[in-house]
This record gives sequence, C-alpha cells and structure tokens, in this order.
Amino acid sequence: MISIAIEKETGEQTLLEVPVDMGLNLMEVLKAYEYDILATCGGMALCATCHIEVLEGSEKIPPVSDAELDILDTMPATSERSRLACQLRPDEGMDGLVIRLGTFDEN
Amino acid sequence: MITTDICIIGAGPVGLFAVFEAGLLKMRCHLVDALPEVGGQLTEIYPKKPIYDIPGAPGILAEDLIRNLLVQIEDFRPTYSLGERVEAIQKQPDNSMIVRTNEDTQIHCQVVVLAAGLGSFEPRKPAVSNLEYFEGKGVNYMVKSPELFRAQKVVLAGGGDSALDWAIYLSEIAERVTLIHRNETFRGAPDSAAKVMELAHSGKIDLFLQTQVKGLGGNGRLNSVEVVDQNKKHFQIPADSFIPLFGLSPKLGPIANWGLGIDKSAVLVNTLDYSTTEARIYAIGDINTYPGKLKLILCGFHEAAIMMQSAFKFVYPEQKLSFKYTTVNGINTF
Repeated sequence: MISIAIEKETGEQTLLEVPVDMGLNLMEVLKAYEYDILATCGGMALCATCHIEVLEGSEKIPPVSDAELDILDTMPATSERSRLACQLRPDEGMDGLVIRLGTFDEN
Repeated sequence: MITTDICIIGAGPVGLFAVFEAGLLKMRCHLVDALPEVGGQLTEIYPKKPIYDIPGAPGILAEDLIRNLLVQIEDFRPTYSLGERVEAIQKQPDNSMIVRTNEDTQIHCQVVVLAAGLGSFEPRKPAVSNLEYFEGKGVNYMVKSPELFRAQKVVLAGGGDSALDWAIYLSEIAERVTLIHRNETFRGAPDSAAKVMELAHSGKIDLFLQTQVKGLGGNGRLNSVEVVDQNKKHFQIPADSFIPLFGLSPKLGPIANWGLGIDKSAVLVNTLDYSTTEARIYAIGDINTYPGKLKLILCGFHEAAIMMQSAFKFVYPEQKLSFKYTTVNGINTF
C-alpha cells in the first residue's frame, strides 16, 4: 500500500491509500475512489478522459509513451506535467506522488 | 416524419444488434446517432483494436465487428439518421412517441431504445473566451460542407489528423488558412504533417506553432482570433471562421433531462426486460445500470434480445409472441 495525494485547485490535498498488488492502474484506482472519471476507452490511452497533472514526484514514474503523447497532443489544454492516469501503474516507488485531476470534461 | 416501430438511439454495436433481435419479431427499426458513421466508440475511438471477448469471434478488430453486424442486420433494412443528436421524446395521446433531433428530424415510433453508450460524442471545446457566443456566427466544430468556407479567412486550431487534413483541404478553397498548434511538432500522420509544413513554407497557409488561441473578436459576427505565442506575445488574426479541432468526447446530453431514473450518468433499468422508469422506453448496453452490471458488448447483446421480446407487446398489442429459434425458422426478413 502506498499513498498518493490528490491536490485541488485550492491547494487542499486528499491522501489516497493505493494498493500496488492488485494490478490496478491509476485511472482504475481513482474510479474506485469514486472520482468522476469517464475513462471512455477503458484504459487504452485513446480517449484522454483520465488526464491528470503530476505536481510532485515526476521522477518516480515512467516516462510518457508515444501512444500517450499522441492522445495528449489532441487535447485543447495540457501541460508538461500532463499524463493519462490509465497508463500509470502504481508501484512502491510512487509513494508520495502528488497529482491534480486534469481537465475532465464536465458532464 | 419518419414512421417506424422502434427508434434506437445510438448506432454502436448494441444498437445495431438490437435491429437483428427486433427484426426476428418483425419489428422495424430506425437508428439515430450523433456521429456521422455507425459503430459508436468502436468506429470513433478504437477501430483497429482487437476485441477478445466476443463469443465465436476471437480477437476480432472493432471495425470488423461493426462491418459484420451491418451484414447481419442488412435483411431487416434499418434506416438511419446519422450526425444528428436526439433532443426530446414526446409522448402522444395513443402512447406512441415522437423522437426529435437537433436537425428537427421527427421519428414516430411505438418504442424507444436507448443504446447510447456513454452519451453522444460532442466536440471538445478549448478554453477560449467568447467561444460559445460565436457558435453559428463563425465558430464551427466540424467541417460539414467545405464549400461554406470558399473565399473565407479560416483559422483552424489543433494538431491531430483532422486539423492537418482540413488545413490541407481548405488551403485550396479558402482565401486564407491559418493553422494554430500548441506544440512545436505534429504527431498526426507524418505525410499530412509534412504536407502542412510544405504549404507553410511556400506561403500557401499561415502556420503558428507553440501558439494558442485565447479569445475571439467581432461585432455580432466573428472577425478576428486572438492568439498568444510561447513568448506570451498576443496578436490578432483576421478571421471569418474559427474551427477548433480537438477530437470528440462523450456527453450524456439531453437524456439526463427526460425524467428517467439516473444513477451516475447511467440509466436505471429493471433487469426483467431492461425497461426504464418510463413506459415504452428501454435502455441497453453501456448506457444502463443495474446491480451486477458489466459494461461489455456481449452483455449489451443479451440485453437487446431480452428487451425486444418485451417491446413486442407495444408494437403488436393484438398478437401473441411465440419464441422461435433461427435454426428452425431462419430469419423472416421484411
């Protein structure tokens, strides 16, 4: 079990306990915590509805893949810290990561 | 006015297969979809991905599954309104219904089936001030008929294939084409990217990289687009049209306002027959929810079969439904 912090626009942080032995990716973890994420494509890096920004700990995660860059590139607003949660698989090394939920389409 | 037995909202795999199950019971179907092509997510998002859990079709590509479904339902001659979004359902005094689309198409039917997946695919809108104000006054999210842009000053924004393709295409028609892209390079098809670079180099289009659109200007009608470059320098580009092309994202849309029971953007159904809280309106596939729901195409197929048996009584109130196997009776087409 590791901790990942979700930071709101206001700077307020919520700590999530994240299991690393259940084969879940970060999008699935966020959905399990009932964050409102569409995840239309189910985790294929095709829809960009699980866009997040990694605020702290970018050195703890694997570099962005080509497939991920392709889809991020089609979005109206992203930053250098943008990632797709479905492409990140939490492991022991990601303890202490701080993320902000990205520009999800408001439904 | 289109007249049919069953109006299916959503032409994805489950909506298409529902035509087959309805057809077996001699019920005719009309399908409506917000996308210009059938197939839903399978066509729009992952046409080249293999799907491994379709019974009897191991590892089938999403686009092939859709193609096969079209063959399977061909004999039942479904009709379509594509590229239109359903806005409202009006109950009639005789309990039949009229479905209305955003293009004012009207479909008279006995039964409505929601097979709308996660909702209708709507264009992703960039954060640009005045964007919605100028919709229909110079802002378009897709190029329906390119001729409308003849001799116009067109500003496109985006870095994907559709932005590249339309920049190339419209450069032949429009007075001036400007392409705005946030990044330094394009990740779209390399051939198209090379062509755009070549057009920019020869002065046929104006290309601004590492630049973003910030605002729109005009007096009642769009006449300029305000952009900001990587050095935070703002400038105005004269424009008759602004076309942001940032892909599509599903939205539940008007379905949320039809008085149906809804839980977390999904429509509550009774698993006896996948009926909603409104008589004669059913919901199948990813759009519905019930205890134990699995969002799988194969579950949607099952729901379609059960649901059509229930709908029969509304289409043929005088007749008794008798269940028949296709192996015994074949398919009695219209």
